[in-house]
Amino acid sequence: MAEASATLDLADRRREADEPHSPVMRFSANNPLRLDAGIDFGPLQIAYQTYGVLNAERSNAILVGHALTGDQHVINTHPVTGKPGWWVTMVGPGRPIDTERYFVICPNVLGGCMGSSGPASTNPDTGLPWGLDFPVITVRDMVRAQAMLLDYLGIASLFAVAGGSMGGMQALQWAASYPRRVFAALPIGAATRHSAQNIAFHEVGRQAVMADPDWRGGRYFAEGTDPRRGLAVARMGAHITYLSDAALHRKFGRRFQDRDNPTFSFDADFQVESYLRHQGITFVERFDANSYLYLTRAMDYFDLAADHDGVVANAFRGAPTRFCVISFTSDWLFPTAESRAIVHALNAAGARVSFAEITTDKGHDAFLLDEPELFAIVRGFLDGAAKARGLPPARK
Amino acid sequence: MLTRLKHDLTMAEAARGPGGSRVDLLVVANMVQRGARVLDVGCGDGELLRLLETRGVDGRGIELSREGVNECVAKGLAVVQGDADTDLEDYPDDAFDFVILSQTLQATRQPRVVLEHMLRIGRHAIVSFPNFGHWKIRLQVAFGGHMPHTKNLPYAWYETPNIHFCSIKDFRQLCKFAGAKMEQAVALNAWGRRMRLRMPWWFWNLFGEQAVFLLSRRG
Repeated sequence: MAEASATLDLADRRREADEPHSPVMRFSANNPLRLDAGIDFGPLQIAYQTYGVLNAERSNAILVGHALTGDQHVINTHPVTGKPGWWVTMVGPGRPIDTERYFVICPNVLGGCMGSSGPASTNPDTGLPWGLDFPVITVRDMVRAQAMLLDYLGIASLFAVAGGSMGGMQALQWAASYPRRVFAALPIGAATRHSAQNIAFHEVGRQAVMADPDWRGGRYFAEGTDPRRGLAVARMGAHITYLSDAALHRKFGRRFQDRDNPTFSFDADFQVESYLRHQGITFVERFDANSYLYLTRAMDYFDLAADHDGVVANAFRGAPTRFCVISFTSDWLFPTAESRAIVHALNAAGARVSFAEITTDKGHDAFLLDEPELFAIVRGFLDGAAKARGLPPARK
Repeated sequence: MLTRLKHDLTMAEAARGPGGSRVDLLVVANMVQRGARVLDVGCGDGELLRLLETRGVDGRGIELSREGVNECVAKGLAVVQGDADTDLEDYPDDAFDFVILSQTLQATRQPRVVLEHMLRIGRHAIVSFPNFGHWKIRLQVAFGGHMPHTKNLPYAWYETPNIHFCSIKDFRQLCKFAGAKMEQAVALNAWGRRMRLRMPWWFWNLFGEQAVFLLSRRG
């Protein structure tokens, strides 16, 4: 296994994809995953992390779905970057998703690059990474793969599924695909479908990757190149959409970076430029460019209405799941209107739904940040659901 | 900490029953059968929903104010942020056994449309409101020459969210227009107590500070 280091070269990234720093569930080609693309995919592997203890009744499991550029390392130190997990504010002992009460499981999504089958994984037929020969996958495929993992772990039903952004899409898809296996769903900053604007942003990101000469038609592993510049540009563009104008102004304004005057060059004069460049550089150290293509595509294809005769409510008709939908005032990537559309559909389907909009200037990424109102709502919703599910109350 | 609502639209100093619950809410809750599916429109900080929950009712809420919603959800109640005037049309017919509008009617832009939606969504509607026909209010308008200001109606005219006050008499007329059948009507006196005596409507309209109506769809 690869040693933790700040930078992964191509070989390290391949190792992390095949032999990750996480438990891995492997399914042989005899037990394939049926994909929306009509392909039976196998062998399949799913890497995952767990926190807390599964109770004797196996009734306290919460599946956390990670976002596009997240991974299964929710609260442990990240094995590649050495940084804390991405949701330490929300998950952990005494946190709203309390690992002293709940058994938290987070799988790396199908198509990811941290140990679940994806374009960086080795294709057993060639011994080389799949690259663009990996089948195009959907959020529904990700959730199917997660259900296979839970079957194997002996978890018949989840107490809750929670996640922000693409993780929220997974929460909704879980409730739609396996209503009887999900007691409560918590989609945060999500939508019933990816909007035209969001598909457009994703396309810009993908084109940036594919325009990098080092991308080599997706065969960069075989050719020993690394499309870092393209992926970094994609990340920089996307990162802007995760923030807000107000947050950028608050954090950076028009301040200069380590200088008092403009240099009349294309250096990173402004702090905001320097910040974005840093975001791009650190991202490519841990993420696979092809994975970025596949996961953005999966989000683009997400459309619950299209899967249910054009009516989102049909996805949840008769669902026993209780929902808590949360949005943020300054989120322009998944604006409150998108969450309202979820609520509208759930109401029409007669589902038990709560919906709260949280006032913040931090944009889409607010779900990852310190938002006390978000924590109070998630805690309260899960407390109420735990009571209804007959789980013991929190220890004082 | 979440900010607490300063007060409801009315009822700043409402009378409370033996269990600590507001009397008007107890009257409403007593009209609801155990195990019923209930939608509380304008549920505030969720006090009625909590009361109903202790009685085995499957309750949902809609609330306009963000603080109210977030407080409710943090308490584990199923409440969505929404507007009675615009969002009731999202709900399918007969989705609930009871749709409750507690102390909110007078703050809606279109009380008649709201009432009609309530009767469509629920088998029963329960509406409680401050009675603008009460003698104190009549006196304040007639002899004080100013908009009424009471402990139940604490806002000044220029900042009140209450834009459509009505009397018990007015409301009965609205019921007729909206196709609602009156199944039960209760008036509460100035001390928040239920007026038990069988009295003519004009008496209730003069001495009832608040009214609670249980309605169903006619025909």
